[in-house]
Amino acid sequence: MEVLISTAIGFLVACGIYLMLRARTMDVVIGLTLLSYGVNLFLFASGRLVSNAAALISPDAAAYADPLPQALVLTAIVIGFGMTAFLVVLAIRAFGDLGNDHVDGKAGK
Amino acid sequence: MTLLLIVLIPLLGALLVPVAGARGRMAAALMAGALTATALGLLLSLAPQVFAGEVLVSSWAWMADFGLYFSFRLDGLGLLFALLILGIGLLVILYATYYLSPKDSMSKFFAFMMLFMGAMLGVVLSENLILLLIFWELTSLTSFLLVSFWRHRADARQGARIALAITGGGGLCLLAGILLLGEIVGSYELSVVLASADLIQSHDLFAPALILILLGAFTKSAQFPFHFWLPHAMAAPTPVSAYLHSATMVKAGVFLLARMHPALSGGDLWFYLVTTAGLVTLVFAAYVALFRHDLKGLLAYSTISHLGLITLLFGFGTPLAAVAGVFHIINHATFKASLFMAAGIIDHEAGTRDMRRLNGLFKYMPYTAMLAMVAAAAMAGVPLLNGFLSKEMFFVETLALQRLDDWAWLIPALATLGGVFAVAYSLRFIHDVFFNGEPKNLPKVPHEPPRWMKIPVEVLVTLCLLVGIFPAFTVGPLLATAAAGVLQAPLPEYSLAIWHGFNIALMMSFVALVGGILFYLLRHRLFALHARLLPGEFGAKQIFDKMIIGLLDISRWLTHLLENGSLQRYMALLVGAAVTVGLYAAAQHGAINFSMAGSSIPFNGVAIAILIGLILAGVGTVLLHRHRLPALVMLGVVGLCLSLLFVYFSAPDLALTQLSVEVVTIILLLLALHFMPQEAAADSGNARRWRDAALAGGAGIGVAGLTWAVLTSPFETLSGFYLEQSVPGGGGSNVVNVILVDFRGFDTFGEITVLAIAAIGIHALLQNLVIKPNDPGRYGWAPAKPPLLLEVVSRPLLPLALMVALYLMLRGHNAPGGGFIAGLVVGIALILQYLASGVEWTQARLRINYFKVIAVGLILSLLTGVASWVVGYPFMTTTFTYLYWPVVGKFEVASAMVFDLGVFLTVVGITMVILAELGKLSGPLAPRPVPNKEESR
Repeated sequence: MEVLISTAIGFLVACGIYLMLRARTMDVVIGLTLLSYGVNLFLFASGRLVSNAAALISPDAAAYADPLPQALVLTAIVIGFGMTAFLVVLAIRAFGDLGNDHVDGKAGK
Repeated sequence: MTLLLIVLIPLLGALLVPVAGARGRMAAALMAGALTATALGLLLSLAPQVFAGEVLVSSWAWMADFGLYFSFRLDGLGLLFALLILGIGLLVILYATYYLSPKDSMSKFFAFMMLFMGAMLGVVLSENLILLLIFWELTSLTSFLLVSFWRHRADARQGARIALAITGGGGLCLLAGILLLGEIVGSYELSVVLASADLIQSHDLFAPALILILLGAFTKSAQFPFHFWLPHAMAAPTPVSAYLHSATMVKAGVFLLARMHPALSGGDLWFYLVTTAGLVTLVFAAYVALFRHDLKGLLAYSTISHLGLITLLFGFGTPLAAVAGVFHIINHATFKASLFMAAGIIDHEAGTRDMRRLNGLFKYMPYTAMLAMVAAAAMAGVPLLNGFLSKEMFFVETLALQRLDDWAWLIPALATLGGVFAVAYSLRFIHDVFFNGEPKNLPKVPHEPPRWMKIPVEVLVTLCLLVGIFPAFTVGPLLATAAAGVLQAPLPEYSLAIWHGFNIALMMSFVALVGGILFYLLRHRLFALHARLLPGEFGAKQIFDKMIIGLLDISRWLTHLLENGSLQRYMALLVGAAVTVGLYAAAQHGAINFSMAGSSIPFNGVAIAILIGLILAGVGTVLLHRHRLPALVMLGVVGLCLSLLFVYFSAPDLALTQLSVEVVTIILLLLALHFMPQEAAADSGNARRWRDAALAGGAGIGVAGLTWAVLTSPFETLSGFYLEQSVPGGGGSNVVNVILVDFRGFDTFGEITVLAIAAIGIHALLQNLVIKPNDPGRYGWAPAKPPLLLEVVSRPLLPLALMVALYLMLRGHNAPGGGFIAGLVVGIALILQYLASGVEWTQARLRINYFKVIAVGLILSLLTGVASWVVGYPFMTTTFTYLYWPVVGKFEVASAMVFDLGVFLTVVGITMVILAELGKLSGPLAPRPVPNKEESR
């Protein structure tokens, strides 16, 4: 299973970076979202993955999922949303002011 | 302590002078004068001990581990230099008070000058070599400020820049040299270093250390080929030239030679390096001085030449030569400072410094002329003046030198030649300026300066005469003490008499005088010859300028290479660098173990399906990225798969958060798409796409490998503490939520603050935005009303959604949920109203200022933290208790829930600010130009 999880994270990162290397702002925003998914999953996985483990404290729980990476990733998801929102509004503003959506603020070749 | 005060008083003065300057120009000058006089008084109070042969040292540890002590030392050499700095400083302050025009800020000038004075005193009184270097660099910086004092003048700015580049560069060499010296000796304290000559000179690192230290000294003392900064620094106000460029700063280099004399001199390397630099400078600069038409230019080259003479003497490395060097330092400081002041008076009263126009001034200012002529005669080395005595000693030393065998005649011969030039340029200074016909086209009629302006010149010229006639009575004790300070050993036998009988040295003086007069008489032919042979400017300045231009070109080329304005290229460089470093690290630390043995998570059909869905949706997003709407749908699929994955791997809180954030994000991106192009042409070529794919693939493989390595390596978590303490310490069984609002509450507070800042940033970005919706109608962005069905269903959904949110929030401490998730749910419910019923309708009914909501949320969270202070616990300590409510039963109340409420409100506010602000842009309230409206106008 680890192979598949690693592969999935690798794919998310690769897709994210490829889009971030594109010349249009909207692509970069989408790429950044994909990249942050990959990073969040990586952080989550660093606490090791268990299924059917207890998430809440209870006397008869056999094993718990590691709560620390979860707390970390939860805040990362919300912060990531804030960043995406800021970036997308920045892209809109740049488009409105410059009249094109090139990352360097100039019309394409 | 007194020693420390001597250095600190001028440095403090740099602050006090502007304060006094607020009360008027005179107050600034008086303050500067009073402080300098105080420091001088303190110095004189210590002088008797130094004359008695004591070395005063006071020391405080600063960074002892690095060998840096705040330690000062007063011996004969330090005393001499401190006397020159403070004594001539006092005279220059008096002179400058009358020199500066009402347009120049007196307090600024004197503040800079006090700063320089303190730095210079620090150089000559430091016991610690690193401390000395700090003050050394401070003199370079303050001299930059002083030279560029008239900053409206381009030549002043350029002169200051050149001076800073040369002396600052030399300072860096000196730093390296001193560090090497400290490595060799094991201490930076002068007392230790000066006593370790044998250790230093036999060490392997001696040669580099010596060369670096000499570079520092030569640049500061304007030795060839670094001499050219000094003439350019003449753009400074004349008091600065009189102070820095005759008596003090340029003497710092020869001071260093004198200071390090016991430790570094004596060997062949020292002899050849220092004498060559000194000899070349002495003769070359004396020759050039003759051809300068600018009064201060002549004096500048003369100063360079005399510094060469002093350097040459220290290069000999013999005790007697060192005595002569110290003597010439004293004499040069007195006559050159007075000459600069005289030049300043002439410039001030006649309006020009060009010797081709300044003629016959004797008639207009006879008194100043007399003073200047005495000083110039001292510069030429005329008997009965101080310059004669030290020059005579210099000639004797050149003859006594035992080193060059067959070439022994060379140094005396060149020294005499230097003397010839010195007489010739001194004669030119006297004859061209004060006699030789009438002045030509002067801007104003010259006259004598104010009474007080002449006093400093009078004092210095009197000293020249007194020392010249009664050397043993006047300068004798000071010279002996200072020379002993240089040598750190008993003094050799020498005599300070005026008359030593007929000897070769006297003949050399005679040859120099007669030769100089002849040379001057032939000057017209020489000028013509000089102009023919060396037309225009020549020399080091041009090379320096070329080097600077070359450096600028290289930096421009490099900047353009790395920073051409293309963000795509930066991104590619960044990713490429990360991949390269990752590969290097992987190669260094062994390959990742790819056997399946490390695998421990069992395969499961559901999980495989989710992960494959995740990969396919991600790839789909990339493939569809130029068609934005389908790409966003694919992005939504990725987010949902992720959310399912969280469910599968026992993270319900994450799944809820991811789900709600995903919804909000997609709505946001769809709204954005309303304004942005929805289709994009392929604007990168195949090569670029393959390059990017390779970079992205490399990064992906790297991250995948890293994840694999992490997942298959042994695991040790620190979560045990949180799991144990969650219920007893935090009062909640949902550990993730307890970590967020309790254990790591401060982090969460920081995080919601960041979100609030992002919301404010978004609000600011959307102000006054004028935008035309892109290609309307293409994807059916019709301005039609939303479907009625949605409108009808959405209204009863709102209270239900609010109820769910409240439930999620209240149970958050003990079950999946909490402020973040509840906030997002409320946000989505409100957004649904906007979507279903339109912005206008919703806006009319939801009159909420979301910024206030954010503020209340933040304050609530903060107050929860602060409240624990009030009851005497550390910041953000929480407490909880159980209440028994009728019907509900046992109910937990935790202070962390108030914190969570703050988080909730903040998240609601932020979501609404972001989405509603963006939604308003597209709604009928938006200030956008609608096409048909324009037509109707």
